[in-house]
Amino acid sequence: MKNSKKQFNAVVVGTGGQGLITILQIMAKAAMDLRLDVKTSELHGLSQRGGSVEVHARIGKKIHSPLVAKGKADLILSLEQQEALNAAGFAGKNTFFLINKLISPIPFKSPVQEKEIARMLSQKTKKISFIPASDICRKELGTDVTAGIFLLALASIKEIIPIDFKTISKAVLDVIPEQYLKINRETLGLAQKYATEHKKN
Amino acid sequence: MEELLSKKTGEKVLLLGNEAAVRGALEAGVQFVSTYPGTPASEIGNIFYKISKEAGAYFEFSTNEKVALEAGIGASLSGLKTLVAMKHFGLNVCAEALIPFVYTGSRGPTVIFVADDPGCWSSAQSEQNSRAYSYLAHIPTLEPSDSQECKDFVKKAFEISEVFKIPVMVRTTTRVSHQRMPVKLGKLKELKSLSGKFVRDRSRFVTLPPRVLEMKEELLEKEKRIKEFAERRPGPKTKGQTKGIIASGISYLYAMESINELNASLPVLKIDFFYPFPEKIVKEFISPLKEVLVAEEMEPFVEKEIRIIAKEANCKLKIQGKSLLSQTGESKPEDVTFAIAKLLGKKYSLPEETKITALKRFPQLCPGCPYWLVFNGVKKAVDEKKIVFGGDIGCYMLGGMPPHNLQDFLFCMGSSIGVSHGIKKSNPAHPQKTISFIGDSTFFHSGIPALVNTVFNRSNPLIIIMDNSTTAMTGHQPNPAAPKDRQGIRIYDVVKACGVKNVKIVDPFNQEEFVKTVKDFVNRKEVSVIISEHPCKFVEKK
Repeated sequence: MKNSKKQFNAVVVGTGGQGLITILQIMAKAAMDLRLDVKTSELHGLSQRGGSVEVHARIGKKIHSPLVAKGKADLILSLEQQEALNAAGFAGKNTFFLINKLISPIPFKSPVQEKEIARMLSQKTKKISFIPASDICRKELGTDVTAGIFLLALASIKEIIPIDFKTISKAVLDVIPEQYLKINRETLGLAQKYATEHKKN
Repeated sequence: MEELLSKKTGEKVLLLGNEAAVRGALEAGVQFVSTYPGTPASEIGNIFYKISKEAGAYFEFSTNEKVALEAGIGASLSGLKTLVAMKHFGLNVCAEALIPFVYTGSRGPTVIFVADDPGCWSSAQSEQNSRAYSYLAHIPTLEPSDSQECKDFVKKAFEISEVFKIPVMVRTTTRVSHQRMPVKLGKLKELKSLSGKFVRDRSRFVTLPPRVLEMKEELLEKEKRIKEFAERRPGPKTKGQTKGIIASGISYLYAMESINELNASLPVLKIDFFYPFPEKIVKEFISPLKEVLVAEEMEPFVEKEIRIIAKEANCKLKIQGKSLLSQTGESKPEDVTFAIAKLLGKKYSLPEETKITALKRFPQLCPGCPYWLVFNGVKKAVDEKKIVFGGDIGCYMLGGMPPHNLQDFLFCMGSSIGVSHGIKKSNPAHPQKTISFIGDSTFFHSGIPALVNTVFNRSNPLIIIMDNSTTAMTGHQPNPAAPKDRQGIRIYDVVKACGVKNVKIVDPFNQEEFVKTVKDFVNRKEVSVIISEHPCKFVEKK
C-alpha cells in the first residue's frame, strides 16, 4: 500500500438500489489482486427499500473488523449528496469526502444544497469534493447506474484509495456481469477523461 | 455464485458469510436443505435454490420454519446430511420440533443455521438472542466470527453431528452473515444420488413417556461427552499477564482490531464453541488473571458463564462486560476499543457525537408497488380513527410508516389475524372494527390457523391478504401460491375451505371496486377476507 498507514477504511453511503454492494465487491476483488487482506460489511433486506444505506470496506495487511470505527474513515464515498451527512460520524480531519452531486429528494423535506452540506462537513475535514458523476454518466451514457463506478475510478486515479487504476479496472471487469461490461468500460474512460480535465482539484 | 461449486481446493475466493456457510455445507456433502426465507439468513436458501440441482442436493423453500425443520428431521432420520436455515425468529417457530429432535438425536448429520440480527437491521418484533435456545434445547452451538469460520464451522458442525448423533446449531449475526472476505476453499464432496431410508427404531424416535425421560438422561450424558470434546484444545497463553479478554462472535474481531489500535498486548480467549460451554479452557485462562473483559453482543450469556466458573476458579477476578458494553443494539468497533482501554486504564475517548444533523430517509414501498393502492384504498374506504389496524411481517410493514400510518400493532408472522380476533372478543357486545394486513407468504406461514380460529370461535375481523405472487421482502422467493414453474395453491380456495363466507378477489388497481369492497366487508357480522391480487412489480407476469 502506498500510504504510510497499514489500513485503509472506506464507508460508502447512498440510497437503496444505487449499487453500493457492487462497489464493495470491486474494491474487495482489487484488494485481493494486490494480495492485501480485505473485509467488507453489507446490508440486505429492509435497509434496501429506498432507505439510507451505509456499507463498509477495509483493506490492509491484516484486517479483523469488517466495520470502520467512528472517526476512522479514510474515504467516504457518497452516491447521493445529502447522504454524506449521514456518514459524518465516520469522518476525522484526514477523511476524504467524494460526493456525487445528486439530489434524491426525501419526501416532505426540502433538499439540503451543496453549499450547506460543504459547510457542515467542513467542521470535520477540508477534503471535500463534489463531483457531477451522475450528470456526466447520464449525459454520456444515458443512465447514471454507473455513477458509483465513476467515483470509485476517480478515487483510484486521484490516489485517494490505495488501489491503482489498472487494478480497479480489472476488478470492475471481473465483478460486473457480461451484459453490463460495455457501459462500465465506458464509465472508466469517462472517469479518466474527467481526471485529466480537472487535474488541479 | 459458480465459485461455490468450484473444485479448486485451496483457492481463495471472496465470500459473504452466508455464501461461505453454503460452501461449508457442500464441502461436508450436504444432501438435504430446507429453509424459510428470512434476512439475515436469506442468502442460504437463495443460493441453494439456484445451485442445488448441480450440487446434487435436495432443496426446498418450506411453508414455515417448523415445517422446514420437520422436513429436515425426516431427511435426517432417513440418513441424509441435512441443513436447515432460518433467521432468529424462525427458531421460535420451529422450537416445538427442535427440542424433541435434540432428545432423539439425528441419524444423518444435521446442522441448523440461525442468523440473529442485533440492531434489528432487517427485523421487526424484537432483538432476539438465539443463544438462549442452546440452553433450552441442549443443542451444541458454534459461533463463527467471519466468513472463513462460517465455512469451517458449518463443516465442523456436520462432523460433530456425525460423531455424537445430535443436531448442531451454527449461530451467526448480521455482521457475520453479511461480511465478505477471502475464504480458502476446502475440498468439495461429490454427491451420489439421494437414497435415504427411514429405518424403524422406535426406542430412538418415539418420544413417548416414560421413555422420553430416559432420553433426557441420555442427552445429558451425551452433552458431557460433547463438552469434553469442546474442551479438548489449548486455550491462549496468558504469559504472566494479569488482564485478558474473552470474546465471541463479531466482538472478537472488534477486540483484535482494538488491541492493535491501542498498541496493547493482551491474551484473548475466543468462545466459538458456545454450548456446551468449554469450562475447562475458561478455567485455565482466568486462573492467573486479575481482571477480564467479556466482549459479546446483546444478553451476557458468556459473562454469566464466566462469573459462575470464576467463583470456583478465581473468586477475586474482576469481571467487566455489560458494565462497559450495551445489552441493546450492535456493538461497534469503537465501543469495544473503549471497553478495552478502560480495562487497561488507558486514555481513550469515544469520538464526539457529530453535531451534523443527519437526514432520516425511511424505507419506502417501491414505486409501482400494488400496496400503495391497498393502503390508499383503505384510507378512502374507512375513517382511520375508528379502525384498529393489524400489521404483519413483510413489505407491508412499511404501512406503519409515513405517509400511510396504518398500523396499530405488530408482533409476529400471522399475528395481524390472531390478535385482531382477541380484540374483537374483548367486547362481545360492541366489538371494535379491525383490518388486518397480511401477505401471501405470511398467510401460508402462520395466517391459516389464525383465520380458522376466527371462523371456529366466531369473530369478524376484516383481513386483507396482499397477494403479490412472491415473498418480496426477503428477495422474491417463491411461495405456495406462487411456485416458479406451475400453478400454485389458490388462496381463494384455502380461505373458502377454512369456512369463510365473505371472500372476494380484488385488484387494488381497480380502486373503485377495492374501496367499495372494503366499505362493505368491514361491516360484516362474520369474518371477511379481501384477497388483494396484483403481482409485485419485480415479478414477471406468468
